[in-house]
Amino acid sequence: MSNVIKLHNLLLNKEISARELAEKYLSAINCCNPDLNAYINITEEDAILKADIIDRKIAGGEDIDMLAGIPMTLKDNISTKGTETTCCSKILEGYKPIYNATAWQRLKDRGAVHLGKTNMDEFAMGCTCETSVFGSSKNPYNTDFVAGGSSGGTASAVSANLAVYGIGSDTGGSVRQPASFCGCVGLKPTYGAVSRYGLIAYASSLDTVGVLAGNVTDAAIVFDRILGFDPMDSTSTPDFSACTFDFLNKNISGRKIGVPKELLERASGEVRDCVVKAIGDFENMGCEVEYFSMPSLVTALPAYYIIACAEASSNLGRYDGIRYGNKSEHFESIHHMICKTRGEKFGDEVKKRIILGTFVLSEGYYDKYYAKAQALRFELKSQFEKVFEKYDALITPTSPKTAFKLSQVQTDKEGAFNADLCTVPVNLAGLPALSVPCGKDSLGLPIGMQIIGNKFSESHILNLAHKYEEARGDFGINNMGVRLDV
Amino acid sequence: MYKLTSGFETHVELKTNTKIFCCCSNEFGSEPNTRCCPVCIGLPGAMPRLNKKVVEFAVRAGLALNCKINSLSYMDRKNYSYPDLPKAYQISQYDVPLCYEGFVELDSGKRIGITRIHIEEDAGKLIHNDAEILIDYNRAGVPLIEIVSEPDIQSTEEAKEFVEKLRLIMRYTEVSDCKMQEGSMRCDVNISVSDTDKLGTRTEIKNMNSIANIQKAMEYEFERQIEVLENGGSITQETLGFDEKSGTTYSMRTKEDADDYRFFREPDLLAIHISEEDIERIRQTLPELPDKKIKRYVAELGINKKDAELLIKYPRVAEFFEKASKGVNSPKKVANFILGVIFGFLKSETLKEEFKLKITPESLKGIVLLVESGKLNMSKAKTTLEQMLLSGKRAEELLSNEDLGGFDEDMLLCLCGKAIDTNPKIVADYKAGKDKAIMALVGYVMRESKGRADAEKVKEKLKEII
Repeated sequence: MSNVIKLHNLLLNKEISARELAEKYLSAINCCNPDLNAYINITEEDAILKADIIDRKIAGGEDIDMLAGIPMTLKDNISTKGTETTCCSKILEGYKPIYNATAWQRLKDRGAVHLGKTNMDEFAMGCTCETSVFGSSKNPYNTDFVAGGSSGGTASAVSANLAVYGIGSDTGGSVRQPASFCGCVGLKPTYGAVSRYGLIAYASSLDTVGVLAGNVTDAAIVFDRILGFDPMDSTSTPDFSACTFDFLNKNISGRKIGVPKELLERASGEVRDCVVKAIGDFENMGCEVEYFSMPSLVTALPAYYIIACAEASSNLGRYDGIRYGNKSEHFESIHHMICKTRGEKFGDEVKKRIILGTFVLSEGYYDKYYAKAQALRFELKSQFEKVFEKYDALITPTSPKTAFKLSQVQTDKEGAFNADLCTVPVNLAGLPALSVPCGKDSLGLPIGMQIIGNKFSESHILNLAHKYEEARGDFGINNMGVRLDV
Repeated sequence: MYKLTSGFETHVELKTNTKIFCCCSNEFGSEPNTRCCPVCIGLPGAMPRLNKKVVEFAVRAGLALNCKINSLSYMDRKNYSYPDLPKAYQISQYDVPLCYEGFVELDSGKRIGITRIHIEEDAGKLIHNDAEILIDYNRAGVPLIEIVSEPDIQSTEEAKEFVEKLRLIMRYTEVSDCKMQEGSMRCDVNISVSDTDKLGTRTEIKNMNSIANIQKAMEYEFERQIEVLENGGSITQETLGFDEKSGTTYSMRTKEDADDYRFFREPDLLAIHISEEDIERIRQTLPELPDKKIKRYVAELGINKKDAELLIKYPRVAEFFEKASKGVNSPKKVANFILGVIFGFLKSETLKEEFKLKITPESLKGIVLLVESGKLNMSKAKTTLEQMLLSGKRAEELLSNEDLGGFDEDMLLCLCGKAIDTNPKIVADYKAGKDKAIMALVGYVMRESKGRADAEKVKEKLKEII
């Protein structure tokens, strides 16, 4: 089932060269990307160059990592040395980082072949990829629908097999929700499990670097290679190491799974039915399932928006056009230049969140909003702690609904607001969670199930998801991208 | 009668090897933008990591200022936008600083309270050219401590003493150079006046870079505020600048348009934990502080207070003095050589500060020992020391055997006798009451002894004989 292992063996057995593989993916990108708008920057030369290096290693009989020569993509907020990294914002147009993000560096060191940067909501603010300056990414299952967001381009690319896997970021659901919309696996690790160094910050206390892949095994293989302490990120956890891959096939019989009613109730009928059916599969595998109530899950959403926007207002203050990126022309003073640049180069959603974030932190309002949100966050964390004394994992829908139609959220504000309902509590509590496809709706759009674990229990949730994936059987592919079965 | 009330916020640059949140060198005066990295210029995605040495330095400063240390403190973001501030926020400490509740004791015994000391990063520097504004980010991320005092200062004299003491303590603890002219120590002065027990509205004079200016600005502001009140006006709470040329203060901004810094916890850094053991370990590294030194010099080394104060004014001088006076009978002689002879060579404050000499403390000690043993007289010792300071040569190289031959009692008696015998007229003059005449006899003995005799002793001996 693992594409990575399959391709790794093909490379080792010299049935295909890394270069051929890269070319195959690049030509698929050329063919499908105009429909999907998943990639916004294709790094063809680099990919070929890297693939050739791997081919020489294989020819020389050198040991190569399982990810060596495997084509992949990076969300456009992961810093890539020498390659434009824009967060899909006009304000970072032309910005080429002088260093690599740690997560990317770790993959690069293992021979990853980078195909290019993928589309995202501007500064990861959005749930449809439609706030991107490059326009929306489309859903490979139906291009009239969005790929989700903010890692929409990455999910679209992975789902259409225009990359074997992708690295995204998840602040409130930005890996899991598009994975759910696009029918692929999305893993959001525990806060601190993967270094954030080089991930362009949206909301630092919530941001995580995550993995999007075609299946659970591939997600585990990639996660195992990016996790672990990084001295460049003080919030990365010392002494955390794991080999989730070795854990995938453990028997899950007897595991205790909790299902919070609040989130299930707020999902659409089709999504709810589908997730309930999947929960049944876990029961069939010997898991003990219990439905329970956790009201604080619902109050998490406003708390999330307050905290995320507050941090964003601070994190995005540095984009003034002075040191990097893009600045306005014709200005009268430094102050005018900064205001004009920010006014012209930030999109509306970003401006909205900066203004909101500035407001909730300002004198006289801090206690009313930011302090309250922090209190809710604290309360939520302690409730999760109690819940995980009882359960090994929680299951919820990843998103209350399947993919939006293109432009739908422009009028459906509430739908957009609620898109992250099930995913944000996880970020507020710093927990690991993943989304795994569990069915399709009547339009054929994928439905995702979210499995939430206790801190640093990635092995457990990947194990559960892998077992479920086996029980579920083939999810069925869309008609895009590279066909690996041929 | 109007009273002045003043509190100080003093920024001190810490002289750690590297910056506060990255590995860039913390060095003053490099080519612009050569001491920079993704972290200190705030590139997207770069993250700070706290330099442990900064915490240690700040705790050392805190302990030296009698502060309590918070076992748990936090870093916070202070948000404001200015081109020299690369991230548009300064990482600082807001509600829980590293150190709190300390004091500086003035000579009068009065204590100026230290409210808190916190650590933070410095910003870059704008360089205004004719046609453009350039930015040098070398200073961005340079570690600072901000020392906030209580409004306990009630005169410009107290202000001067407070700043001088603070500065000296920072230098003795080797936390900072505190070079005010280079900006490694700068003061914001809060000042208010009142003729009742209630404090008046305060103004804040920003970025004072010399003690003289602090006094001038305070005097001016004191008078200005009184004048405003006397004319029936009221004081506006505002931030002021000080114009050196005119000696006046001017308004920079009022309270209404003050920034709202929107402080919140820095999510990219962890809380700072300091254990009792850490604090004790740092306490052990504290040197003897200046006030204690003065007391010891007076009580144990027989130095007068004024000289002691001069010696401790420069940490290197004090160190030199202490080394040179180890094992001598009269540390006072060492002090006299330093303050009399050596300081004569070091005309400026900077030279005294640096105290770069061609001689070692041991060679000064050598001279003093020769004097103490009677082998060398004072005036010869002084000229020899001067030559040593100029040439870097050792005393042995400059003094002949004859110089060092000593000059014993017999020889003294003999030459004094000779002087009296050969100069009967002068002796007669002296006897007739011309006290000064004896100096001619002393001169004779000195010539005869080729300068080896001790003039004081000769004089005594001559008087005795006559």
